[in-house]
Amino acid sequence: MSLLNTRISYQDLQMNFNEVNPGLTNREAIEESNRCLYCYDAPCITACPTGIDIPTFIKKIASGNLKGSAKTIMTSNPIGASCARVCPTEELCEGACVLNHSTKPIMIGDLQRYATDWAIRNEQVLFKPGKKNGKTVAIVGGGPAGLSAARELALLGYDVTIFEAEDQAGGLNTYGIVSFRLPQEISFWEVKQVESLDVKIRTNTRVGVDISVKDILEDYDAVILAIGMSKVPSLGIEGEDLDGVFDAIDFVKETKTQPISDRFLGKRVVVIGAGNTAIDGATCSVRLGADNVKILYRRTIDEMTAYDFEYEFAKQDGVEFRWLTAPKKIIGDEEGRVKAIECIKMELGEPGEDGRRRPVPIKGSEFTLEVDAVIKAIGQTRYTNLIEQFGLEHDGGVVKVNQETLQTSNEKVFACGDVIFGKGQGEAMVVSAAQQGKDAAYAIHEVMFGAVSK
Amino acid sequence: MADLRINLAGIQSPNPFWLASAPPTNSGYQVQRAFDAGWGGAVWKTLGDPILNVTSRFGAVSFNGQRVAGFNNIELISDRPIEVNLKEIKETKKLFPNHTIIASLMVEPKQEKWHEIVKKVEEVGVDGLELNFGCPHGMAERGMGSASGQVPALVEQQTYWVKEVAQTPVIVKLTPNITDITATAEAAVRGGADAISMINTINSLAGVDLDTWNTIPHVGGKGAHGGYCGPAVKPIALNMVAECARSPHINVPISGIGGISTWQDAVEFMLMGATGVQVCTAAMHHGFRIVEDMIEGLDNYLDEKGIASVMDIVGKTVPRYSDWGDLDLNYKIVARINNDVCINCNKCHIACEDTSHQCIDMLKDDKGNSILKVREEDCVGCNLCSIVCPVDGAIDMVEVPSGLPPMTWNERQAALGAVGCKIDSIK
Repeated sequence: MSLLNTRISYQDLQMNFNEVNPGLTNREAIEESNRCLYCYDAPCITACPTGIDIPTFIKKIASGNLKGSAKTIMTSNPIGASCARVCPTEELCEGACVLNHSTKPIMIGDLQRYATDWAIRNEQVLFKPGKKNGKTVAIVGGGPAGLSAARELALLGYDVTIFEAEDQAGGLNTYGIVSFRLPQEISFWEVKQVESLDVKIRTNTRVGVDISVKDILEDYDAVILAIGMSKVPSLGIEGEDLDGVFDAIDFVKETKTQPISDRFLGKRVVVIGAGNTAIDGATCSVRLGADNVKILYRRTIDEMTAYDFEYEFAKQDGVEFRWLTAPKKIIGDEEGRVKAIECIKMELGEPGEDGRRRPVPIKGSEFTLEVDAVIKAIGQTRYTNLIEQFGLEHDGGVVKVNQETLQTSNEKVFACGDVIFGKGQGEAMVVSAAQQGKDAAYAIHEVMFGAVSK
Repeated sequence: MADLRINLAGIQSPNPFWLASAPPTNSGYQVQRAFDAGWGGAVWKTLGDPILNVTSRFGAVSFNGQRVAGFNNIELISDRPIEVNLKEIKETKKLFPNHTIIASLMVEPKQEKWHEIVKKVEEVGVDGLELNFGCPHGMAERGMGSASGQVPALVEQQTYWVKEVAQTPVIVKLTPNITDITATAEAAVRGGADAISMINTINSLAGVDLDTWNTIPHVGGKGAHGGYCGPAVKPIALNMVAECARSPHINVPISGIGGISTWQDAVEFMLMGATGVQVCTAAMHHGFRIVEDMIEGLDNYLDEKGIASVMDIVGKTVPRYSDWGDLDLNYKIVARINNDVCINCNKCHIACEDTSHQCIDMLKDDKGNSILKVREEDCVGCNLCSIVCPVDGAIDMVEVPSGLPPMTWNERQAALGAVGCKIDSIK
C-alpha cells in the first residue's frame, strides 16, 4: 500500500492532516453559484435540517455579497461552517437539488464552505446579542447542539453560560472529526461567533465534578443538557487492555490535540466497526503512516452506517474492508503489546429489533490477522451517571424528551443533540444537533415568554 | 455542401463571414492569419489621417460570471502610417486574391480629402470601400465618425463625394446612435451608396470600479464614453438591419454587424436581410479559429434545409417583420407545462405570480407529487414562463383557437372608422 498511496506523505506526517479538499476558487464559486437556478420554494431548503435559505446564500455569492451569504448560512445554522464540510450533502440539500433531474446538482456544501471560509478569513462577526431579557440559561456541553442553543438564546436576550468539560468548546467538531476533513480553526471560529454574543463558556468544567448538578439546577432559570455521548464501549473480548488497543474517539482526538506522532509508521492497523468514526479512525491511521489498515465489520456494506462519501474516501486512502468479520480475541506479546487479532467469519441471520439482519458466527471459521494496533469504533457509551445525577428519565442513557418541546422529565431541563439520539429517537448528524439546539432555545423562550419569535 | 459564396453589391466573397473593421484587422499579419483560418473577407481597420491612441482601451461586461457579454472600446482608427497599411493590403491581396478586402475609410468631411484617400486605397487593389460614419468616440469629437453619421445631409454628401471617384463598390457603415437608422440609411442611398453596413458601436460606459470609483476602462483615472458591441447588442443590431431591409426606400444590400458570434447569429441576420455579416468581438474573445465552426455550422444548416446557396436565405424573414398595428389581435397561445419533464424549480410559478398574470398554480397530484398547472383561461401567452424555464421541453407555448377571424389593430380601427395607429405616412 505504501508504495502506491500517492495521497500520503511518509516524510511529513503532519502534512497528511491538512484539509484534503482545497475548497472552491473564486472563479469556481462564481461559475457554480451562477449555475444555481434560484428555485422558488426550493427543495434544498426543506432537505436541510436547519432550513438554510440555500438559493439566497448562493445568489449572494454570485452577486459578491459574501458577508450577506455567510450571514444567511449562519443565521439558520450556527455551525454552518463545520456543516459545510461534514454534512452528508448528497443525502440532504444536494440530493434534493432539482438539477438532479436535468444536469447535475449544485455543489451546495462547497459553496457554503466558500462563503463561510470568506467570513472566517476576514474575521467577520456576524451577529449582535439581543436586548437582555433578564433570564439565565445554563447549557451543559459546548458541542454542536449546545453552541447552537446558546447562539439562539443569546440573540433572544438570554444570559447564557456554557459548561464545557474539555479545554475548548466545539465538541465533536473540535475533537471528534479528523482535521483533514474539519480543521479545528473552523470550529473555533464558530465558538467565537457564539462568544461574541456575550455567551460565557466555562471550559475545563465538568458538571457533577467541578460544579454540582444541584447548583446548576438552582442557579439558572433553565438548563439545556447537550452532553453528547461518551467513550467507545468495550468489545467484550479478551485482550482489550493490551497496549495498542485504542478508543477511536480518543485516537482521533489525539491527532487534533497533540503533535502528530510517528509511532504508527509502517504498522498494521485494524479498525473494528464501520460507522463515521470508524472511517475517521481508519483514514487517520493511513495518514499516520500505517502500512496496512483494515476495517473489520461484522455485517455487510449494506448495513454500514458510514456515508457513501466516507466509504469512497477511505477506499481512496487505501483502507481495506473485511465484511462479515468479527473480532474474537486480541492477542498480545510477552510485553503486553498487541501482535494479532483472532477473527471469525459471520453470516446474516434473521432481522433483529432494529430491522437489520443480525450477524451470526460461522462455526470453525476463525482466522488470525497479525496486527500492531486495534482501534475500537463500535459506537459510543452514554453519560448515564450524569443523566442520573440530573434525575432525568432515560432509556439506556438516551434521555427521554417531549418531541415537541425537547423538555425532559424535569420541566426545567431541556435536552438536545446526541444525548437524545438513539432508541428510535432522532438523528445523529451534526446538522440535526444544530437544529435541535435551536429548537431547544425556542422551546425555552416559549416557556419563559409564551411566544416563539425566531 | 451548399454554396457559401456571396455577392454583396458586386463584391464577391468565398463565404459570408468577414472580420469587421476593428483591432483584428489592424495589420497584414492579422488579416493573413484570418484568411488562413477561413474568414471570407476583412474590412481593414479604418484608414485616415494619423491619430494617437490611449491606454487602456477596452472594457467588458460579464453577465452571471460569463465573460464578454458586452464589449466596450475607446480605441480610435488605425494608428499606423497609411503607407504601411496600403503596402500590407497590397501584399495580402496578392497572397489571397480570392478573399475580400474592404478598406474602411474616415477623413474630414471635405471633398478633396475623400477623393484623395479613395484613389490611394483603390490603387492597391481593394475589393470595396466602407465609409466609417459610425465610430462614436474620439474621432466624433473631431467632426468625423458618428458625428458625421448622425447628420443625414453629411452622410449623403460624403457618400456622394466618394462615389464621384470610386471604382469599387461603396458600403456606408452606419451608427446606431440615432433615433431612426433608416433616416441615415436613406441618406446614404441618396448619396449613391452601393450597400450599407450596420451597426457600428453604441455609446457606452462599460462600468465603474466599486473600490476605486474609476470608470471602466479608465486612462490614468479619467474615462470617456466608448462604443459598445458584442453579444449584448445583437438584438439592437438585428432590428436595425431588419428596419432597413423592410424599408421600400432602402434598396441596397446590407452587411450585418453587431454581436454576431456564431453561425446561428449569421443565419438570423441574413434571414433579416443581411447579405453577409461582419464579426469582431467573438474573434477578439476566442481568436480567428471560431470561423471554422461558423462555416461548417452554416453549411450543415443549409444542407439540412435543402438550400443550395446561402444567398437564397437573404431576407426571407423580412416580409414577416411588420408594425405592431399589423399583428393579429385574435391569435392566441397559452403555456402548457409537461410535468413529466418539469424538474419543479417553480421559476415559472414565481415569475408569473410576481411579474406577469398569476396563472400558474403549484399543486399536488393524486400521489402527492408537486406539479405545476397553467390556468389557460387566465394565461395571456406572454412566454415569460417558457423563457425562465431551465429545462427544454418542460413548457410548450401552444396555439389555441380563439374562434375569431384574424383582426389587426389597424383593421379594427379602420372598421371602427377611427384613425389607425399607423403613423408611417411619410414613407
